[in-house]
Amino acid sequence: MPEELICITCPLGCRLSVERLPAGGLSVSGNRCTRGARYAEEELLAPKRVVTATCRALPADRCRVPVRTAAPFPKDRVEELIRVLYSLEVRLPVKRGDVLVPDALGTGIPVIATRTLD
Amino acid sequence: MRELSYDAAVIGGGAAGMAAALEIRAAGLSCVVLEREEHLGGILLQCVHNGFGLIEFDEELSGPEFAERMEEKFRASGADAYLGVTVMDVEDPGDRKVLFGYSAEHGILRVSVRAVVLAMGCRERNRGNIRIPGARPAGVYTAGLAQRLVNMEGYLPGKDVVIIGSGDIGLIMARRMSWAGARVHGVVEILPYPSGLTRNIVQCLHDFGIPLYLSHLTSGIFGGDRVESVEIAPIEDGAVRFEKAFRIPCDTVLLSVGLVPENELSKKMGVELNPMTNGPWTDSMMMTNVPGIFAAGNVLHVHDLVDYVAEEARRAGAACARWIRGERPGRELRVKAGPNVRYAAPCRVGPEAPNKLYLRTLIVKNDAVLEVRLDNRVIQSRKKPHVQPSEMISVTLDPKDLADAGPDSTIEIAIL
Repeated sequence: MPEELICITCPLGCRLSVERLPAGGLSVSGNRCTRGARYAEEELLAPKRVVTATCRALPADRCRVPVRTAAPFPKDRVEELIRVLYSLEVRLPVKRGDVLVPDALGTGIPVIATRTLD
Repeated sequence: MRELSYDAAVIGGGAAGMAAALEIRAAGLSCVVLEREEHLGGILLQCVHNGFGLIEFDEELSGPEFAERMEEKFRASGADAYLGVTVMDVEDPGDRKVLFGYSAEHGILRVSVRAVVLAMGCRERNRGNIRIPGARPAGVYTAGLAQRLVNMEGYLPGKDVVIIGSGDIGLIMARRMSWAGARVHGVVEILPYPSGLTRNIVQCLHDFGIPLYLSHLTSGIFGGDRVESVEIAPIEDGAVRFEKAFRIPCDTVLLSVGLVPENELSKKMGVELNPMTNGPWTDSMMMTNVPGIFAAGNVLHVHDLVDYVAEEARRAGAACARWIRGERPGRELRVKAGPNVRYAAPCRVGPEAPNKLYLRTLIVKNDAVLEVRLDNRVIQSRKKPHVQPSEMISVTLDPKDLADAGPDSTIEIAIL
């Protein structure tokens, strides 16, 4: 059974049909350019998302601290990461770019603050 | 009362306001930004998701990062900002304009300037605007309000959510509410196609298995003290099939049903609005019909990317500075929205310099053609692989194409 997905590299939104070859690798159809094949490969073999969230600030009456992963993060572990981030408490002051989690879930990807709050 | 005097004032300290102020300062004029909130940055501060800044900063940033980087440029420019100030009135006795603002810190501010840039942004359409029948229980929010509650204040507005309208804020909130621990039971869209960007449909709905009900009318909201369900009915061949209506149980409804430029203050100042955008008519210098009053960003027309807002506002700021120095719009050509074009902004262009226009189409189409005509003669024709109403289109007019324009010439832009 081919897998269906929509390429989001550009606004065209090609509907891709992807077949996993027995020898490994993928056969992609429906893409109008080569970026579609690349997208399908990444999306099916190693999908990633930039994860954003907000953390509780201490003292607790302050605005929440927005954070994100410094690089795209493996999609299958996003939920796990979200739980970590939503239970994280950050003592103010914090600067934009401060590393709050140096190595998120052992992926080597840091989580950084995206706003300066003091 | 505190009295201030500047060359120019910018009303609103979001991306548009800061970008306009930057250019006014770059031209060597003094400039003050008056911002209602306690921080610069506007709506960006609650848009904690990623995807901003690819044009302005050449990298992908979250909203707060974009805002802070703009603010750093703004502070370095030497422009002043007054925070927590609501501008209530503008008087225009002739040579100078006088703005009256109120703030807890300063009391009444009286700001005398030579020109004003409107950069107040937009506001959300709400339940009253789309007239959803049914009860009036608690639990109905606009998507942007819910975004502020979750991302800035740390409240989850509900546990079981239905989103009405498939605008980008609604889609972003579908993902956010899911991540924050709520269950999103569906997004309901009256049109046959989504109002938001494809990437948001994929990453905010498909990633979470959230159903999208296209061509569905929300026929009722039910509940006592709190929302209990939403009733939706399919639309088939243009007719609502009420007999096929069904209810989705939920405790929360988020509305993502469009944005309207915030022009209450503009109207008070005598600024005329274009009914297609709900923003001011502007000329080739991005000036409204009131001399010395300029407009840019979401107060002019609703943009889909902050990078476009910043770019447009830079042009308005630069034009405002030139106006203060004595430049006036020269010969101008009227720009008309042709077939399949909802609007183009600005509404007039000067044929002597390059002009950048933003426009929105009315149709969804692959392999479309954007055509610019000068008095029915095609002067530019460009292939567009895909157009849809939610994706703003930009076009630049080359002065050499406009060389033989007469005094009554009209430019028409069409999507075919």
